[in-house]
Amino acid sequence: MARYLLNKLWQAAITLLLSALVVFVGVRLLPGDPALALAGEEADPATLAQVRTDLGLDQPVIVQFWRFLSNLAHGDLGTSIRTGTPVTDLIAATLPVTLWLALYATVLAVVIGVAGGALAAVYRGRWPEWVANGFSLAGLSVPHFWLGLLAILYLSVSLGLFPASGYVPVTENPLRALYYLTLPAVILGTALAAVVMRQTRSSMLETLSTDYVRTARAKGLPRARVLRDYALRNSLIVVVTIIGLQLGGLISGAVVTERIFGLPGFGKLTLDSVFTRDYPVIQAVVIIVTAAYIVINLAVDVLYSVINPRIRVGGEA
Amino acid sequence: MSARAEATGSTQAVTPVLEVRDLEVAYTTEGHERTVLHGISFSIAPGERLAVVGESGSGKSTTAAALLGLLPGSGRVTGGSITFKGEDITRPGRERLLRLRGREVGLVPQDPMSNLNPVLRVGRQISETLAAHGVATGKAATQRAVELMEEAGIPDAARRARQYPHEFSGGMRQRVLIAIGLACAPELLVADEPTSALDVTVQRQILDHLETLRAARSTSLMLITHDLGLAADRADTVVVMSAGEIVEAGPTEQILRRPQHPYTQRLVEAAPSVSSARARVSVRQGEAPAGVQASGERASDTLLEAVGLTKRYRLRGQRGQEVVAVDDVSFRVGRGRTTAVVGESGSGKTTLSQLVLGLVAPTAGEVRIEGEVVETARGARRRAIRRAMQPVFQDPYASLDPTYSIEHIVDEPLRVARIGDRASRRRRVAELLDQVALPGSLAQRRPNELSGGQRQRVAIARALALEPRLVVCDEAVSALDVLVQEQTLDLLADLQDRLGLTYLFITHDLAVVRQLADDVLVMQGGTVVEEGAVEQVYAEPRTAYTRDLLDAIPGAEFFAEQAR
Repeated sequence: MARYLLNKLWQAAITLLLSALVVFVGVRLLPGDPALALAGEEADPATLAQVRTDLGLDQPVIVQFWRFLSNLAHGDLGTSIRTGTPVTDLIAATLPVTLWLALYATVLAVVIGVAGGALAAVYRGRWPEWVANGFSLAGLSVPHFWLGLLAILYLSVSLGLFPASGYVPVTENPLRALYYLTLPAVILGTALAAVVMRQTRSSMLETLSTDYVRTARAKGLPRARVLRDYALRNSLIVVVTIIGLQLGGLISGAVVTERIFGLPGFGKLTLDSVFTRDYPVIQAVVIIVTAAYIVINLAVDVLYSVINPRIRVGGEA
Repeated sequence: MSARAEATGSTQAVTPVLEVRDLEVAYTTEGHERTVLHGISFSIAPGERLAVVGESGSGKSTTAAALLGLLPGSGRVTGGSITFKGEDITRPGRERLLRLRGREVGLVPQDPMSNLNPVLRVGRQISETLAAHGVATGKAATQRAVELMEEAGIPDAARRARQYPHEFSGGMRQRVLIAIGLACAPELLVADEPTSALDVTVQRQILDHLETLRAARSTSLMLITHDLGLAADRADTVVVMSAGEIVEAGPTEQILRRPQHPYTQRLVEAAPSVSSARARVSVRQGEAPAGVQASGERASDTLLEAVGLTKRYRLRGQRGQEVVAVDDVSFRVGRGRTTAVVGESGSGKTTLSQLVLGLVAPTAGEVRIEGEVVETARGARRRAIRRAMQPVFQDPYASLDPTYSIEHIVDEPLRVARIGDRASRRRRVAELLDQVALPGSLAQRRPNELSGGQRQRVAIARALALEPRLVVCDEAVSALDVLVQEQTLDLLADLQDRLGLTYLFITHDLAVVRQLADDVLVMQGGTVVEEGAVEQVYAEPRTAYTRDLLDAIPGAEFFAEQAR
């Protein structure tokens, strides 16, 4: 297992390096100039040149990249061109918001998706399946920015059940935080829940017709046990893979959701920095998102081997 | 008429463990009710072993499923009754059913590969049966599971109980399933084709073991099988089913030695273990087929020659470790003859067939066809060699593209080889279908509209399209029912006579070999352990391994006695 993890980490390092290179070159290919944005449209060429020198933008790209890498290795992500604050501070302020939102959305989506999908499979051809299929279809086809607007309009403005916007850090007051995050998490998690529900349903229908489920029934095991230990556990092998693939989408979804609910999160930081060509922030954001992808996938791999003993690494359990 | 009463005569006073009366089972599809079991009646006395014999689709497994309330989908009992030890269990409630399953009636299912939960430890899968019925719980159940595994013949049971199914071989998994079936010491054990997926020698060990365990507990047995030989060896009473009905029932001796019903008679005749080398008109005795030069040299009689064939595979992830699939194998196949390669799984026989067909490259050695080395031939010669040998594979369901019409499938080799125009190819396809005795009307159908036997005929027609000299049959009849198997073997023999074909016949089934082959190679662990003419090898096997294989054929003894 240790060797397996080491191998994975090595791969992760290479992926990170490559993504750093891609984003570094990528932002510089974008039209627009951060010096111009900082100095203002009216600035004279001398001032602009001065700004460029201050930011190190007059150096060859390869030198800039090297400087960026060595700073990165020291945990220094640079200073925001727009606000002048260290990028690490910006990220420390916004990343937790997004992480909590994404985590909450994932938990909701997986619980609702797995439960709904399992019920749909067990009660095939009866109303739970119709409800689940309807939900999946709607959850996948309705764009969630629109769903978010509807939710704010009816659940927040008309009924006053949830706040339309705002945020309280989880570490400050968990209950209040939950109150503020619930609606965004539900909206963000809808698509994931729909996918998980579909997948759970179809994969559970498959396991329900396997020989080992029949054998379990022939043993005289109670129905609930057969469904849980035989049908559901084997279905989850496929579901976990799907969840891992979908979590990436959740991060980009968070950008939109945060915008709608006015959450001071990572998504907002990303958008703002792209609009102002705030190179250091864009770079940091992409690196962190890439790292998040890698961590998620690693976690899925590990989880996968916990659920599925056949791919358990390192020989006998 | 009770099979049991006939079998034992004097047990009228004893309540049968199981009594099935006029059982009817139906499925509902799109509002239509289709009855699949018609008036099934039989009974099993305490300690009796009853075999239900029939081909696929005969309803034998449906009967077993009905007993345990395990009918799939819309299936349900529509008539008759099932009585367990005098108690009516035709339509049991949920609680009654849970007690019946596993506690009173144990099931040993067919396929050891698919019947264990891949994510639960093996010991747990046994102990949970005990726990579910309150026979033992907690530590005691775990301990008992290990004992059951030991009883079922699994060495090092304490350690293996903590392993997962994928760490077990097929035979060991089947032992686990037997341990599960017998865990709660049920009165009746239903064994549904318990060893069909296993090699003959393993099959015999497991059935012997099952019999020991069964006899010790005097459990009644309902053995479901397609193999009359198995029934002959393992049952007191035989019930023969066909198309959802019982056609004949009675003591094993009587059914197998003096079958009354025409269907049973055909089944007994077709049982490969019964028919010792059937006389068949073949080129092998008489004149050489046209086209062979009478040069007098032995080499000209050899169509295929393998010299020192070796194939090693490197193991993934383990540096330097290799598996020798085929180890220095040399043999010759005479023109117009049938050479069988026999072996159990892992013996290297399939790798050998792939080497011959040029589908995998040998690590060492070479294959020569008509004196020409297959591997080094290039261009037009290579294509000619490919055309000279064609394969027929095991599974007629997987080897035909379901999206193509039959005509398209048979026509494909002709198109690939650019032979003839559209009209002439169409005529050729019609001719080929006729050769394999398929009606021309099937040409526009798709494979899923055909039966297994018909599909295998299509596969044979496709193999014949390019007029090959050698046909490599890799388990070509193993997936077919006995009667269909017999027809297919007849067809192959007939084609050989008419077209002067040479067969390399890869199989695990020694009975089939005797029926079809002239020469035989017995493989074990990648090497040929014995070779020679079929009659000679069967009459006087030289190695212990061949002897074991022959002895393990179900019903061998029974039918040998009959032949005398």
